[in-house]
This record gives sequence, C-alpha cells and structure tokens, in this order.
Amino acid sequence: MKIGATLRMALRALRRNKMRSTLTALGIIIGVGAVIAMVGIGNGAKSQVEAQIASLGQNVVLVFAGNWSSSGARSGWGGAGTMTVDDALAIGREIPGVITVSPEVRDRQQVLANGLNWNTQILGEGPDYLDIRQWVLTDGAMFTDQDVRSTAKVCVIGKTIINQLFPSDDPVGKVVIIRNIPFKILGVLTPKGLSVMGTDQDDVIIIPYTSEMKRVSKRTNLSSINVQSASPDVSDSVQRGISDLLRQRHRLGQNRDDDFTIRGQQEITDTFTATTNTMTVLLGAIASVSLIVGGIGIMNIMLVSVTERTREIGIRMAVGAHGRDILLQFLIEAIMLSSVGGVIGIVLGVGSAELLSVWKQWPMVISASSVIVAFVFSAAVGVFFGFYPARKASRLDPIDALRYE
Amino acid sequence: MAAVIKLENVHKTYHTGEVDVLAVRGVSLEIASGEFVAIMGASGSGKSTMMNIIGCLDRPTEGRYFLDGTDVSHLDRDELAAIRNKKLGFVFQGFNLLSRTSALENVELPMLYTHDHVPAAQQRELAMHALQIVGIADRADHHPNQLSGGQQQRVAIARALVNSPAVLLADEPTGNLDTRTSVEVLGVFQKLNDEGITIVMVTHELDIAAFTKRNIIMRDGLVVNDTLVERRAVAEVELRNLQQAQQAVKLSA
Repeated sequence: MKIGATLRMALRALRRNKMRSTLTALGIIIGVGAVIAMVGIGNGAKSQVEAQIASLGQNVVLVFAGNWSSSGARSGWGGAGTMTVDDALAIGREIPGVITVSPEVRDRQQVLANGLNWNTQILGEGPDYLDIRQWVLTDGAMFTDQDVRSTAKVCVIGKTIINQLFPSDDPVGKVVIIRNIPFKILGVLTPKGLSVMGTDQDDVIIIPYTSEMKRVSKRTNLSSINVQSASPDVSDSVQRGISDLLRQRHRLGQNRDDDFTIRGQQEITDTFTATTNTMTVLLGAIASVSLIVGGIGIMNIMLVSVTERTREIGIRMAVGAHGRDILLQFLIEAIMLSSVGGVIGIVLGVGSAELLSVWKQWPMVISASSVIVAFVFSAAVGVFFGFYPARKASRLDPIDALRYE
Repeated sequence: MAAVIKLENVHKTYHTGEVDVLAVRGVSLEIASGEFVAIMGASGSGKSTMMNIIGCLDRPTEGRYFLDGTDVSHLDRDELAAIRNKKLGFVFQGFNLLSRTSALENVELPMLYTHDHVPAAQQRELAMHALQIVGIADRADHHPNQLSGGQQQRVAIARALVNSPAVLLADEPTGNLDTRTSVEVLGVFQKLNDEGITIVMVTHELDIAAFTKRNIIMRDGLVVNDTLVERRAVAEVELRNLQQAQQAVKLSA
C-alpha cells in the first residue's frame, strides 16, 4: 500500500474526531513547548555565563599570592607577601608557552577629581594587561613600558569612574588624584559589565604597577600575576611550569605547601558551565515529563480508536489488508498526531521563550538543534506510544473483528 | 467445468475451554466456475464456519482446500490476505461499509491493498465501472448513511466485484433487508451470475435459496443434502409479482 494513500487515510481519520485529536495533540504541544522554552532558558543562562567568563580574557592563567601562616595564625589568600615582580618577570622569561605577563597589585583608594570623590579599585598592571584581558579603549591610549620604568603618574579609567567623577566632560587628559598624587588620564576603557562573581569590572583605575607599588601603596609584593598562554592546549603545561618555577624561587621544600594559587581560565569556565548545564538538564527533564504524559495520552486515544474501529479493521482485513497495512495505518495516525503537536509545540515554545525574554529580560538561546531534537523526539513519542495500539489492531482476527459490535 | 472451490474432507475444531467444538466434521465439496450456490442450515450447523474457511478468513484444522487450483489450507495470515484480495469478494449481512466514506471510496478500498499498485485514475475508473454494474453509479459520492439498505448492499457488492474475484461470497446478504429489496439484491446476484461470476451464498431462508442454482444443506458440521434447484425463482418475475400484489392491496383498499 502506498504511503501517500496511508497518509491521506490517517488525516481523514484524525479529522473525523477533531476535538479528540486536538486534545490529544495538546498533550504533545504542551510537552514540546515546555521542553523548547525550558532548554532555551537554560541555554540562555549558559551563554550569559560564557560571555562573562570570556570577559576574563583569552587563555588567561591567574597566579594569586597564597596563604601564609605564622605561629598558627593563617593569613588567608593573598596574605603571603612572597610574590614579587621578579617572579612575574621570571615567568614571562623562562616558561615556554607564555606570551606575556602582567604583574598585578590591587588596592582600594579614595580618589578625587572634578571636585567629586569616589572609592574605587586601583589596579597596578603591566602595559600588556589590556591585551591579556582583551579589553580595548574607547578613547586615548594605554600606558607604555617607558611609563612602567619611569613610575609615571598616568592611568586609564573604567566607565564607572567616568560616571562618578566626570559626568559631563571628556576625562582624557584630565587628572585624577590618588592619595594626593595627581595621575593623568591617558585612556578610557570600554565597559565590561559584571564579572562572573557579580562585581563591577568597570569600577577601576589602572596605573603602572611600579607607580602603584612605589607611590600609592608603598608595598613590595604582588597580589597576583596575570599570565597569558599561547593556547588552551598549553595551559596545563604553563600552569605546571609556573608552579615548579615559583616553588623553586620561593625555596619551598618537599613538605611545604605552595604559597601561591594558580587558576586556569578553563577551570573557571568548566565550573560555571557545569552549573548551568545541570540547570538546563534539570529544566529539560522536568519538561520532558510532560512530553511523556502527552505520549501516554496518544497511546490512550489510539487504544480507544482501535477498539472503536474494530469493525473497520475487520473490513479492511477481509478485503485483503495485511497485518502490516493496519499497523502502518494506526502508527501513522499516532505519528501524525504527535508530530503535528510537535510542530505547534515548537512554535508555541519559541514564542513563549521570546515573550519571556522580552517581558522578564531573561536571556534565551533557542538553537536549531534543540528545535530539531524536539521535533524528532515528538515523532519518536508517536512511534513509541503508537506502536502498541497499532500492533494490537494488526493482530486482530478478521472474523472476530467483523463480528464486533 | 473446472472446480473453483474444492474441499477435501475438511474439519474445523475450536478449542474453547475444556470441550472441543467440532464445527465442521469432514466436508468434501466441489463448486464449479459459474455456479450459484446457497449453503443453508440452522444456526450451529457449521455453515458460518464453512463460509469463513471458503472465504480464507479461517483455515481448516484438517483436510485440504483448493481455491482456483491452489491449495490454500496451509497459508499464513498475510498470504491468506493476499488471496482474499485477489480471488474473493465479500458481501456481508450488515453491509460493512466504511462510514463517513463515499460509496466510490468504499469500492476503491480493496485496490488499496492490491499487491501490484493500481494508479489512482484507474482505481476510480474501475470503481465507477463496478458501481455501474450494480446500478448505483449515480450515488457514487454519497456516504453510507445517505443510502438505503438496498443501496448500501449494492455498494458492498460493487466493492466485492472490483478486483474481479474468482468467487463472490455472500453471508446472509438479505438478512437486513425487506422482501422487496431482498429480491432486488438477489436480482443483482442473478445478473452477475448470468455473466459468469461464481457466487456462494449463506442463508437460512428457503425462499432466498430458491433464487440460486444449487442448495447445500448442512447439519451438525456435515453436508446432509446437496441438490440442484429445479424450479429456480427469477428475481425479475418475483419483483413483478410483488408489484402486482401491492397494487392489488392498494386497489382493494
């Protein structure tokens, strides 16, 4: 029997009971719609986190000053004052796969400009810092190696600083006063938004690390070192190299703990994507339950339909329908119900996801693959839940079926 | 003439519960091409079982059945379905048309399941031709619920004819019809038989059997009587008689 004729037959059978077909398909519509919308929400959250992680920079390895303890008192992270500029320069010089490093000193200071003041983060960095973080300037220029060598009183500032201290005029070329020292503003950074941790990355003034150490905080050790490796593949070997080098430079014996901590960007990415993946899977799983319930609805209706149409099955068999013809007829009806429901569900799911993203400002990512998977899955639900009733129909005895009242 | 249907010592036993039911207990029978046979008997005589076996809806538990020269007693479900499609046409007591489906499409139904696919246009043509033969071509677009019992049975006959079967099987074809319509339907059968179609009909009414050429009477699963009909009723004549009788009633009223 030709598939075209079977399709037409199935369509007619479904149209015969419009209300029933609609309600049955509704189960699938809701199921598929829920899966699409939920996975969209999950993927949206994931893409947001990924964007935030990308704002860290490219192939970044962070080396933090570590824990330090003295007669039982432990300082906590960053307390060990053992990491020096020489360590940073040695990393840049000696470890293969390292493109560049930027020694980092962090500090908080009250700053003044324009008759306004603001408490902000002061970052002492090397000239390559912006390259490492993939951070560009909207205006002006970054300070140079020369500025670092000469402990120049120059800085670049983030968007938040402009909002707070220069609400109306162009800050480039102006002066901001940090600890009574005037720093000339060379450039303005593009806004980066919130970090993975939720802190404002634009609330920052970046100055040469030499200037920070000698003029502002008067300290001799670094908070951390930003290292850029050549590619994600060498990230592991770079991390091992840094660890070995620092242990050697800090003369740490076999039984001493590290006085530093190394974090690769990949680790950070993995942690956060694992969380969002879990969320996506969870949402998808909850939504799938409704899809399965929809499938059971199809099975239920198909069983009723087979019973109701026993005589029809008998007639078809009497005039020569094989078991497989009957099986195919009912299976196609079930698949048609589920896949039409699937298509409407996809439209509804995408629509409600769009609506949510507009209304609730939730990020939504609906990928083509999730739409295709949803459609294939809904058709599969039809096959799975339609098979038993269809097989039941195909196994009827024609004599009994013809006599069925 | 060659035997279209040939039964050799056919038995049918049903194993239901503890007691075996011997529905048919050794029937040997030959029906030649062009015959018009009535199988008669009271309920429980085994005539329905015989009909199911002849109609390839059921297989004999013992004995052999040749339909149109081939042994069909040991075929499986699918092979039997193919035989039914090609060699047999069924007419049932309850018409058994698909509801909410036009007469034409009902007649096309067997061709849907024919092994060698028939193009749609040709299907339509063949179905229309079959409807013309039974004289109901003008109702091709009507659904069964828009047709009278007699008309429905004509559609069913057209459906039975459409694949040019070797045998037309009718199971109490007039059971749901009034006398006049019954005679009309029998007229259709007689006309078809005159054109050479072999017909086997199950009935329990003697006056219906009188329209056939040969009567086989069954009792307790055996053939107890097999005779040729001597004074065959002719549908046209009977119909005229009925009309006259009706007119007489009207005149006297």
